Amino acid sequence: MMEGGGMSDRADRRPHPLLELTRVRVLEFVREPEALFWVFVFPVLLALALGVAFRNRPAERVRVAVTGEGVAVARMAGELGGEPSLEVQRLDPPAAAEALRKGRVDVLVEASGSGLTYRFDPTRPEGTAARLAVDDALQRARGRVDPVETHVLPATGAGGRYIDFLIPGLVGLNLMGSGMWGIGFSVVVARTRKLLKRFAVTPMRRSQYLASYALSRLLFLTPEIAAIVGFGWLVFGVEVRGSLAALTTVSLAGAFAFAGLGLLVAARPTTIEAVSGWMNLVMLPMWVLSGSFFSSDRFPDAFQPVIKLLPLTALNDALRAVMNDGAPLHATWSELLVLAVWGAASFVLALKLFRWK
Amino acid sequence: MSCPTVALSCRGLVKRFGSVTAVAGLDLEVMTGECFGLLGPNGAGKTTTVETLEGLTRPDRGEVEVLGTRWGAGADHRLRQRLGVQLQETQLADKLTVRETVRLFASFYPRPRPLEVVIGLVGLEEKRRARVGKLSGGQRQRLALACALVSDPEVLFLDEPTTGLDPQARLKVWGVVESFRARGGTVLMTTHSMEEAARLCDRVAIMDHGRVIALDTPARLVASLGGSQIIELRPEPALEAAELSGVPGVARVEARDGTLALSVRDIGSVLPVLLSELDRRSVRIAELRTHQATLEDVFVHMTGRALRDE
Repeated sequence: MMEGGGMSDRADRRPHPLLELTRVRVLEFVREPEALFWVFVFPVLLALALGVAFRNRPAERVRVAVTGEGVAVARMAGELGGEPSLEVQRLDPPAAAEALRKGRVDVLVEASGSGLTYRFDPTRPEGTAARLAVDDALQRARGRVDPVETHVLPATGAGGRYIDFLIPGLVGLNLMGSGMWGIGFSVVVARTRKLLKRFAVTPMRRSQYLASYALSRLLFLTPEIAAIVGFGWLVFGVEVRGSLAALTTVSLAGAFAFAGLGLLVAARPTTIEAVSGWMNLVMLPMWVLSGSFFSSDRFPDAFQPVIKLLPLTALNDALRAVMNDGAPLHATWSELLVLAVWGAASFVLALKLFRWK
Repeated sequence: MSCPTVALSCRGLVKRFGSVTAVAGLDLEVMTGECFGLLGPNGAGKTTTVETLEGLTRPDRGEVEVLGTRWGAGADHRLRQRLGVQLQETQLADKLTVRETVRLFASFYPRPRPLEVVIGLVGLEEKRRARVGKLSGGQRQRLALACALVSDPEVLFLDEPTTGLDPQARLKVWGVVESFRARGGTVLMTTHSMEEAARLCDRVAIMDHGRVIALDTPARLVASLGGSQIIELRPEPALEAAELSGVPGVARVEARDGTLALSVRDIGSVLPVLLSELDRRSVRIAELRTHQATLEDVFVHMTGRALRDE
């Protein structure tokens, strides 16, 4: 039952199904304006906001409150005030206590008949440092001589700032978020529209359908990462110490892992509400534990083995190794392995569990 | 050509969903080149039967054969290449164009028909580059049909292909199905519409509650009523059916909700006799209607219920 069609159509006689499925994924994505916002604009805005909020300020001055009456106290306050690193104010005791309590001053110097008393909060790093700075200033002013000669050379370098730590974390978060939400929604919407059922009666290979999601994610990788990293470089001077090839490979591994995980989460749910619930359940722990915004080392040691095995942790660690430390690709082999296993295992399981009707 | 072969067959098909028995023992045979209709109200088991034949559902009992092959016997992939399916409830991706959608489905098959030919067949040439989301209901149905036909199938499964379409769109779809038949294809379709069944189908199986209650050509099914025309009458005071069955030319009388339906062979000769009989008994006529007997009347005759659920 072959029919002679137009000659021009013979060329597009049989497009490859996997390529065609991937092409369709891409077209659907770029034609959805909201998706473009969430994937490209949102992480950049987030980086901007956090970068500004946590920006490196010039070394902050230590804030000192001095209490007590009398000429001697006034002289001491003047000596301290002469120190460029100290910001001194004189307050009466109740006001000073209040200021210390609320964190408006870092240390309180109480001058009374029995001498000087330092009041500060030792659990705050600023408190301890403040007390040392004030003490140092006071002792030197009264003639302390240091036996060892020292020079002070301040070194503020890019690479150690919060924004340098943050950008790779945001890349990781973005790969996870856009990968999982993008796939999760698309699949469940197709399921509710009975489109999966329609595909199920065709000879389309199920594995190719799933693979097309992973492939399209890999394609989108480059612009997504370029947006965040490019932004970080332009606005904050965040550098990529390692090679771009290493960065790309790590990112590909991450995208692959989350594509698999996204397919697994979306394999059974029949409603958007259900898949959203599952997505949140899977992603929220990683938002908190995986070190995107602050180091995962802050969690107790007992948690660490589990944390390290989470895909987002592995991705963030590998990204930081490449971007901040300039590590070569092979140094991240353990993280890449974690990602590869998550991706492959999720994909296989998703294929088995996938609900087509 | 060759002697007729069986394209599709079900023997003793049973399918339950929980406590509901959707199909309760069904035998069916569709011959190659035939257009076969499944007619029945919602819940009759039509969709389940068709989905079993399409390989989407596994029956609880019974055997299903499609083009000589059983589902689940290792030949599923190759079997799917020879079928074309149009599911009624499918919503195709809104953001793709007509052409992109057909192209996607074409990519699944080893020897698809050229895209422009198929798009032309369903009359969507001008909408090739239009997004699916912008198409009307009728255009979307035709697109679904195109996706079913792009595989150049031997068997076409249609699920309510013209439900909800305006008369023009219906005619277009019927035209496509007829041209598919003309090339030797086999069609299995489900429908609500007795018009559609009568027009397109060589044979019709009327289904109710998971069983086939009648199976024949549309013409013979209608003829089984005894008369090809129906007079519907609401007399006041009400009359028993038996009181009018003696009127000459009346083949059968049935009572439905206070209305009497008389199957007659020729309205022209029966009507005057009927009217004078009613006049003789001093019975007033509150309502009188006549129409050509349809498959709907066959269904009502067999089950006492209407085909369409109101």
